[in-house]
Amino acid sequence: MAAAFNPTAGKPLRPFMTFALPLLLAFGAILGFIGGQAAGLGPAAGTLVGIIVAAVLAFVLPRYLPQRSGRWTATGICGVLGLLAGGLAGFIGGVILGALLGWAVYWLTKGNYRRGVPVYATSGQTLWHNAFKFICGAIFFFLIAPIVTVIPLSFNAENFFTFTPGMLALDPEAYSLRHYRDFFTNDAWLQPLKNSLIIAPLATIISVTLGTLAAIGLSQSHVPARRAIMAILISPMIVPLIISATGMFFFYSQMGLWMEEYLGLSKDLTGYIKVVLAHAALGIPFVIITVTATLVGFDQSLTRAAANMGAGPAKTFFKIQMPLILPGVISGGLFAFITSFDEVVVVLFVGAAAQKTLPWQMFTGLREQISPTILAVATVLVCVSICLLTVVELLRRRSERLRGMSPG
Amino acid sequence: MTLKTKLGATTALVLAGTTVFSAANAQEMANDMTIVSWGGAYQNSQQKAYVEPYLEMNEGVTAVWDESSAEAVAKLRAMNEAGNVTWDVVDVVASDAIRLCDEGLAMEIDFNEMLADGDDGSTAEEDFGDLLVSDCFIPQIVYSTTVGYRTDMVGDTAPTDICALFDLDTYPGMRSLERRPINNMEWALLCDGVAKEDVYDVLETEEGQDQAFAKLDTIKDNVVWWTAGADTPQLLADGEVIMGSTYNGRLFSAIEEQDQPIGMLWDAQVFDLDGWIIPTGLSEERLARALDFVRFATDTQRLADQSKYISYGPARASSAPLVGQHAELGIEMAQHMPTDPANATNTFLYNYEWWADYRDDLDAKFQAWLAQ
Repeated sequence: MAAAFNPTAGKPLRPFMTFALPLLLAFGAILGFIGGQAAGLGPAAGTLVGIIVAAVLAFVLPRYLPQRSGRWTATGICGVLGLLAGGLAGFIGGVILGALLGWAVYWLTKGNYRRGVPVYATSGQTLWHNAFKFICGAIFFFLIAPIVTVIPLSFNAENFFTFTPGMLALDPEAYSLRHYRDFFTNDAWLQPLKNSLIIAPLATIISVTLGTLAAIGLSQSHVPARRAIMAILISPMIVPLIISATGMFFFYSQMGLWMEEYLGLSKDLTGYIKVVLAHAALGIPFVIITVTATLVGFDQSLTRAAANMGAGPAKTFFKIQMPLILPGVISGGLFAFITSFDEVVVVLFVGAAAQKTLPWQMFTGLREQISPTILAVATVLVCVSICLLTVVELLRRRSERLRGMSPG
Repeated sequence: MTLKTKLGATTALVLAGTTVFSAANAQEMANDMTIVSWGGAYQNSQQKAYVEPYLEMNEGVTAVWDESSAEAVAKLRAMNEAGNVTWDVVDVVASDAIRLCDEGLAMEIDFNEMLADGDDGSTAEEDFGDLLVSDCFIPQIVYSTTVGYRTDMVGDTAPTDICALFDLDTYPGMRSLERRPINNMEWALLCDGVAKEDVYDVLETEEGQDQAFAKLDTIKDNVVWWTAGADTPQLLADGEVIMGSTYNGRLFSAIEEQDQPIGMLWDAQVFDLDGWIIPTGLSEERLARALDFVRFATDTQRLADQSKYISYGPARASSAPLVGQHAELGIEMAQHMPTDPANATNTFLYNYEWWADYRDDLDAKFQAWLAQ
């Protein structure tokens, strides 16, 4: 075994007893610990079972079975063990753990861990290569896992943020759509949804318009004090939100009173105007930054050429400049939209209860009553965000392709 | 013939007159109001018991909820400074009402004049009795802070008295307590052998405060500190704590409505009050609407109705006999009220005046103790 050659990398494999086996036992112990906790065996028993299973698989599989069927065998064995320990849910857990263990057995004993590294790499370099992959995976896991946990919890039949025993056993009774029903029928959620859908698009339109104009202006070399103006325009993104919010509260209170008194606008309308303007101010920096970045690659001689052919500045802008910087404008607008749609601090200060947005309702709901309706809303929002990002990305690619800008 | 016409004309005139009059009367009141409350089951009970009926009676009036009672004092201060008070009626606990009243942010109430008489013929002042703890505060309910526990985690002997909180030998595990000195200091002293009537005298002295902190020190490592009423029921439902303090209505909801394996103590429950204040600085129309609403919402029947939805005791004495069954579950609510004689055998009366004097000082000490 020790002298066997690794066919892919051409380097001799490390001895089985001092390298692959201890690592596999440790991995089995960890998986067994996790599985044991989930199945209620207790940490010691779970770890022990994990070590035994890992040892058996490590000795038997690589010798007698080719990679593919060996992996399936490991998956099957652990699945049966899980089924015995914890029913249907245990089976699913066992299958996942078994697949991991089966993969690890061949990865370590057959030298697959050397794949992707040059033949001349030292052990240290190989170790780092794999550690790096592991760290990258862990980062993705910790970014995504919290969002994914929310989704099954939103189907909880009970009124708590808890995986009930019924849910873990995959009992259909323990799942329900009641929190989604609550979201779509309860006025306490529908009103905030409506407000969010009024405020975010209006704020986006204002920030995109003003932000794009500012970015174009600031990209002209003859504008005096460009850096200072840029810094001021971007400041809402840099100043802590709570400070902007406090300032906005007093500023917009006075403005609201003035609008009510001298323009005769209703209280509700001034409330919306205040929140829309405040959110637009928060969104402008994102638009400026993305549009400025696109303008860097914009050839100014195109506008001169347009002017040379008799187009006025407005026509040049809409016919020449705008189509070329559109991807930047759209992604800036998307950021502005999400800033407004997600924003809770400023709206708590500037808005009145009539302008309550979804994040506001989620925030107070989380504090006063931990209701899974919040999770249902969160799931809906996650789905909407994913759709929105996908659509925008597809549109962007399409327009680049049509324009022939795409490299591919 | 002429007589008949005349009569008809007069009736029409009178009718027209009354309509005009009542229309004018209604116009003096604002048509939208913002009601500030706590959210959750409590706000729901208010919505069902008197906000919905009020809106049905007054067509064209709309109500918007703002779940900001927890920070009502700070927000009202800011609104007042900015000259833009957007709230019409605000639900606060009694101690906050006293502070708002002292700062001139809440309006003084002439109880007999502005509120309805009791159904039993008593005046409003007689009906609310001792619960009128401030000139600005219209009490709605009596609630209590008490302790709930996991029935499946406490072993064979379920706890019966408050000192189970400090008994780590019999009930090992985490507890959840509110992140503030109120209630915790009192319970610590009670369980350290101080007689109930001496608690505030002892707590006034430096040694007494040290004694309370020393008692809390014995469980400090086993405490999860909560800040929102929903925390303890969630922690209990998760099994993360074995017992914890919270409001009795939250425990009722977790036990009876959500069917969780949770039990509760009534021992040494601490009574507190919750009620309305009306902010100062409202325009005349809005004030008229707020007063009209509060008069309706705090009458005998409405306060009794509220107890159909939540297990808090109505603040009017005349409402007590009208307390009926839970609106959905059909269980008798009287036995779940903190004020029910069977539950109120050993209660602890929270001393507002004492805490008004010592709160800032003890808050600081408590935070320092937490950070140690």
